[in-house]
Amino acid sequence: MRRYVVRRLLLLVPVLLGVSVIIFMVLHLAPGDPAEIMLGSQATQADLERLRAELGLTEPLYVQYVHWLGLVARGDLGRSIWMKRPVLAEVLGRFKATLVLTGAALVLSTVGGLALGIVSAIRPNSPLDRLSAMASLFGASMPVFWLGIVLMVIFALWLGWLPASGMFAPYGGGTVMDLLAHLALPAFTLAAASITIIARLTRSTMLETLGQDYIRTARAKGVVERAVVLRHGLKNALIPIVTVVGVQAGYLLGGAVLTETVFAWPGVGTLMVQGILARDFPLVQGCVLVVALSFVVINLIVDLLYAWLDPRIRYE
Amino acid sequence: MSVRVAGVGDPLVRAAEGSRLRRGIGRVARRDRFALVAALVLLAAVLVALLAPWLPLLDPDTVDTPNRLRPPLTPGHRLGTDEFGRDLLARLVWGARVSLLAGVATAAAAMVIGVMLGILGGFYTGWVETVVMRLTDILMAFPYILLAIAIVAGLGPGLRNAMIAIAIVGFPIYTRLVRGVVLSLREREFVEAARALGATDPLILGRHILPHLLSPVIVAFSLDVGAKILATAGLSFLGLGTQPPTADWGSMLATGRQFVVLSPHVVLLPGLAIFVIVLALNLVGDALRDLLDPRTHPR
Repeated sequence: MRRYVVRRLLLLVPVLLGVSVIIFMVLHLAPGDPAEIMLGSQATQADLERLRAELGLTEPLYVQYVHWLGLVARGDLGRSIWMKRPVLAEVLGRFKATLVLTGAALVLSTVGGLALGIVSAIRPNSPLDRLSAMASLFGASMPVFWLGIVLMVIFALWLGWLPASGMFAPYGGGTVMDLLAHLALPAFTLAAASITIIARLTRSTMLETLGQDYIRTARAKGVVERAVVLRHGLKNALIPIVTVVGVQAGYLLGGAVLTETVFAWPGVGTLMVQGILARDFPLVQGCVLVVALSFVVINLIVDLLYAWLDPRIRYE
Repeated sequence: MSVRVAGVGDPLVRAAEGSRLRRGIGRVARRDRFALVAALVLLAAVLVALLAPWLPLLDPDTVDTPNRLRPPLTPGHRLGTDEFGRDLLARLVWGARVSLLAGVATAAAAMVIGVMLGILGGFYTGWVETVVMRLTDILMAFPYILLAIAIVAGLGPGLRNAMIAIAIVGFPIYTRLVRGVVLSLREREFVEAARALGATDPLILGRHILPHLLSPVIVAFSLDVGAKILATAGLSFLGLGTQPPTADWGSMLATGRQFVVLSPHVVLLPGLAIFVIVLALNLVGDALRDLLDPRTHPR
C-alpha cells in the first residue's frame, strides 16, 4: 500500500504543475495588456504603471510564472483589485460556505442514491424502479440553475416553507436550524443529478451482486433478508459506488458555482463570477486555484480509498 | 500490384453492416418509441430554428414596454412577453438558433480535437503519447464547468469565447475514448497484416482504424451535444456567454429571474426549452448506443 501511495503522490506533481500553468495563463489569454483590461479605459498612466509593477507584467512570461508560483507556494495569491484585500483570506472565507454546500449535497446524494438504488435493485421493474430510471434521465437533461429557480419559486415564494436565498437570515440568524433551512433548497438542487447517477449505479452493481452464488448460500443458510442485502450484497457492491461518489464529489464542487449564483449562496462560485465581471484577475485565479486544488485532493482520496478497498488495484 | 486486406470499408462487409443497421433501426424504433418521438422533436426544433427568418414571428428585439410581462395566450403574443415587452415565442425561436448552434459547434470542435489527439496518443507511443495523455490529465484535473469559467475569465465574456472555452474543456473525453479504442485496434491482426503488406501509417489510420472509431464517436457526440447545450446555457446564465440584446435560452433565464414571482413564464419557458431539447438528445443518444454498440444488444 505504501508504494502505491508514494506512486500516486508522485503522479500529482505534473498535474499540479499543469494546473498552475493553466491558472497562470488565465491572465494572459486575452490579447492586449492585462493591466489595461483590468483597469479599463478610464485608468490613468500612473495607475497602469503601478498595477504592471505589482503584477510584474514587465518581465518575460516565464519569469512572471516562476515568480507567481513562488508567491503561490508561500500562500500569497496577491491582492484583489476590486476589493483591495488579500485574495487568499477572501477566498478561504468564502470557501467554507462552498464546502458546507458541497458537503451537504454529497451526503444527500450518497444517502438518497444508495437508498433509491438498493430499493430499485430489490424490486427491479417495480413502479419505484421505473420512476428512478425516469428521474435519472430527467436529472441528466435538466439545467441545474433552472431546477433551482423552480424549487425556489415553489418552496420559498409560493409555499413560504423555506428561505429563498443566502446562508443565514439577516436578523436573528446564525443558528444551526437557520443554516439547515437555508441549505435545504440549494443542497437538493445541487444533489439532484448526482442522486440519480448514484442510484442507477447502485442498482446495477447490487443486481449483479445479488445474483452471486454466495448470496444464494446466505439465503439458504437462513440469513435474514435485510442482512443478505446489506451485509453480503451492499458491502461487495461498494467499490464501484465509492468511485462514482468520489467523481460526484468533484462534480458537485464545480457545479456549486451555478447553484450558488441561483441562491445567492456566499461561496467561492459567486465570488468568482463577481470577480470575472469586475475583471479582477488575481481574485479569479485565487478562486480557481483553491477549487482546483480541492478537486485534485478529492481525486487523490478517492484513489487511495479505492486501493484500500480493493487490493487488486495496488498490485497492478 | 495493389494488395487489399479485407477491412471495414469493403463492399461485402459494408453490405452486411448495412443490412444489420437497417434491422437494428427497425428494432430500436419498435422497442423505443420514446427515441422516435425524441428524434421527431429534435427534427422539428432544428427546422424551426433554421427557418426562423421566414416564419411569421414578431421581431425578437422590438421593445414594447406598455405590453411587458404579458402571460401566455395573450392575443398577439402566444407565449406572452418578457420584461421589455419582447415577444417570448420569437425570442425562444431565435434563441434556439444560438443554443442549438452553440451545442453542435462546441461538441463538433471538441470531437475533432479530441479524436485527432486520441488517435495520435493511441497510435504513437513515446513522447507523443506522454504529451497527449498528460495534457488530458491536467485538463481533467479541473471540474468541467470551473475550467470553462476560468478560460472565459481570461478571454472575456461573450458567446464566441464561451464556445471556445467549452470546446477546450470538452475534448479530453473524446481523447480518452478514442485512445482506448486505438490502443486495442493497434494490436489486432488486420492492422498487423496491413503493416506486413507495406501499408503506411496514414493508410492504416484512414482505412483500418478510423472506420472502427465511427460508432463510439457518433454515440459520444450525440450524447455530448446535450451536455454542451447545458454548459453554454450555464455560462450564459452566469452572464459570461451571450451578451444582450442577443438571446439564447440561458441568458433569457438569467434576465427573467427577477420577475419570476409575478411572471413565472419568463423563466419556465426557456428552461423548459433547454430541458426538452437536451432530454430528446439524450434519448436519441441512448437509442444510438443501443443500435451501434453490440454489447448492449438484447440477446
